[in-house]
Amino acid sequence: MTRRLFIPLLVLTAAMFAYAPIVIAQAPFESTMLLVQKIFYFHLPSWLVMFSAIAVCGIASAVYLFKADIRADRIAVSAAEIAVVFGAFGFVTGMLWGRKAWGVWWQWDARLTTALLLELILLAYLVLRRYGGPGSEKLAAGVALFGMADSAIVYKSVDWWRTVHPTTNVMTSLGRTSPEMYGAMLYCSVAFLMLFALLMIVRVGLENRRAELDQLFLAIEEQ
Amino acid sequence: MSMMRRLVALAFVLSMLVARLVAQPPATIEEFVPIDQLPPSEQLPGGVFVVIAYGFIWIAAMAYLGSIWRRLGRVQNEIETLRQRAETSQR
Repeated sequence: MTRRLFIPLLVLTAAMFAYAPIVIAQAPFESTMLLVQKIFYFHLPSWLVMFSAIAVCGIASAVYLFKADIRADRIAVSAAEIAVVFGAFGFVTGMLWGRKAWGVWWQWDARLTTALLLELILLAYLVLRRYGGPGSEKLAAGVALFGMADSAIVYKSVDWWRTVHPTTNVMTSLGRTSPEMYGAMLYCSVAFLMLFALLMIVRVGLENRRAELDQLFLAIEEQ
Repeated sequence: MSMMRRLVALAFVLSMLVARLVAQPPATIEEFVPIDQLPPSEQLPGGVFVVIAYGFIWIAAMAYLGSIWRRLGRVQNEIETLRQRAETSQR
């Protein structure tokens, strides 16, 4: 099923990413930030993918913890790695945008600090998986649940505390104030989510192959 | 010994003074300054930031995809080697 879906998804995602600069260029300029605001069309979808990946990682970790389903663990570790990568995209684009819009590369405000903690939790998950030794899968699954809980705090941080970062109602107001900007943002979000699906297919495939390799090792040792 | 202590104390005070002077915050702007009247060092080109942001995402995404592909190839090679080894041991 996933193999049949892979090629059409790959072609469609590549086409959407190739056309994305045109969509972004055609979107209207924001009146105060002008050109640099265009980073928004890759910045927000990066975080959207990161949050989606954390949700997948957290749910799969819970399934692994409570049902001991090894396939869920493979999905969780794949999603965690992708979440770290897209989190890095979000940080780099955000810092570039912040340098121009706020005059600083970094601000220790609630949104940025909680997001950094979330990235560190996910890095801890990966380090635990890599160097934790036997049994680290269950410990890492627990860490993933903390990461999922933190993602809700990161999302709501801009509403709960006073920060320099825009609040969560930006998206709803954007739909009313500038449907063209909203359309471009939706287009990029769909493209990023498709890229996420593609990366998940390839990354889970890698975990399946690793499991196959472990089985082969065991079979040879038994001979 | 006391001379040594005095010298260390003097070096400490001097280093603190130097650090204080170096860490002086820039003079704050008291009033509104239009963006086109800012000094050139403060006028950041937005286009460069946009290009860096998009370029970084494209390159990093490709590099990540490449890293998965490389790892997949390595695992595949190991599987092939093990299969061959298993076949030879069976003979």
